[in-house]
Amino acid sequence: MIPAPFSYRRADSVAEALDLITEYGDDGKFLAGGHSLLPLMKLRLAMPEVLIDLGPVRELSYIREEDGHIAIGALTRHHDLEHSELLARSVPLLAHAAGQVGDPQVRHRGTIGGSLAHSDPASDLPATVLALDATLMARGPAGLREIPAADFFQGLFETVLEPDELLTEIRVPVPAPDAAGWSFQKFTKRAIDWAIVGVAVQGRAVALVNMAGTPVRAAGVERALAAGAAPAEAAAHAAEGTSPGDDINASPAYREHLARVLVERALVEAQVV
Amino acid sequence: MVNGAPVAAEVEDRTLLVHFVRETAGLTATNVGCDTTSCGACTVLLDGESVKSCTVLAAQADGRQVTTVEGLAGPGGELHPMQRAFRAEHGLQCGFCTPGMVMASVSLLQENPHPTEAEVRAGLEGNLCRCTGYHNIVRAVLAAAELEVTGSAGPAEERAS
Repeated sequence: MIPAPFSYRRADSVAEALDLITEYGDDGKFLAGGHSLLPLMKLRLAMPEVLIDLGPVRELSYIREEDGHIAIGALTRHHDLEHSELLARSVPLLAHAAGQVGDPQVRHRGTIGGSLAHSDPASDLPATVLALDATLMARGPAGLREIPAADFFQGLFETVLEPDELLTEIRVPVPAPDAAGWSFQKFTKRAIDWAIVGVAVQGRAVALVNMAGTPVRAAGVERALAAGAAPAEAAAHAAEGTSPGDDINASPAYREHLARVLVERALVEAQVV
Repeated sequence: MVNGAPVAAEVEDRTLLVHFVRETAGLTATNVGCDTTSCGACTVLLDGESVKSCTVLAAQADGRQVTTVEGLAGPGGELHPMQRAFRAEHGLQCGFCTPGMVMASVSLLQENPHPTEAEVRAGLEGNLCRCTGYHNIVRAVLAAAELEVTGSAGPAEERAS
């Protein structure tokens, strides 16, 4: 399969990327690692007229410690997150979750910003940044905008990003010592598949993969934990407020069951008390 | 650059790297398997790291180093330790997955020169062998790690000779 014809343009900097997207408007689409977008284009589920390749934009590939948070450039690859000593030390949930994305070849190409902007609720990193209460930074013609992760995801393949905005940085607060427990659970049929259901836990924050059109916080679980519930008791609320899909992999009822089982495992592993 | 030699061509914007390698550079060892980023048969190295070339545009590799399995052997044709290990351990059956499997394994050992068996299995999760020849493939990678360390033929190669 080969994508439908498009024009390829290359941006060498954030400024050039924004100029190009302004020039092409709705016909343009940013290309990061391409491991979500190119497969969709091969299937003709996406047919942008112009691809703006962000590959050469090295200024958006970094992981650094700033005041109380870790700043991650949007074009940082999963492979770099997975092997970052800074992340392993300060936000191990994110390093671990990045290491669960796809396979090594995918992690050599895919980027955190690409994954978040793609907004697939079955992906690992959207729920992870939601559990971490990350802030997403987007740059557009009007300047830089801060978007809480909780507001970013709007639906399957939909975010609050404007067509001419570029996600540039993800700011992840360093968890407080009393919220340092974490776990990432992912249930798949085969090693490299997307999660049928997944769970990201950081402290008492619990986010679910693939239990709705967007990643969602398990609010019922979080309320139960705040009221002092034990893991098994809290996990019983895992499917509350979710709207899991029905597909070849699982029925909604089976996904709800998986959510309860995986949340309990995650809370136990994270030693949430 | 493909296997150390410059390859310059004007191609359609939508050309995938795997088609560039096979049809423009004429290097047909790299196979198209699933064409959906799943099977790993098209794995090549891009700047030394394994990628699935069915999911990279040729234009994205412009100015970068691409290595295919044809580029592994030395100038006199002497096989790369990974190729020797795959032969010695019978790490292939029909051979279709082998070029991608070898390239993924080379990348794996560059990142982790002394992997455990479990790390080899996890590191090759992106490569499928429809013959299900995984046990010998894993043995081959472990043997190659040994070969690279000792620089000599290990017990496996002696058995094979």
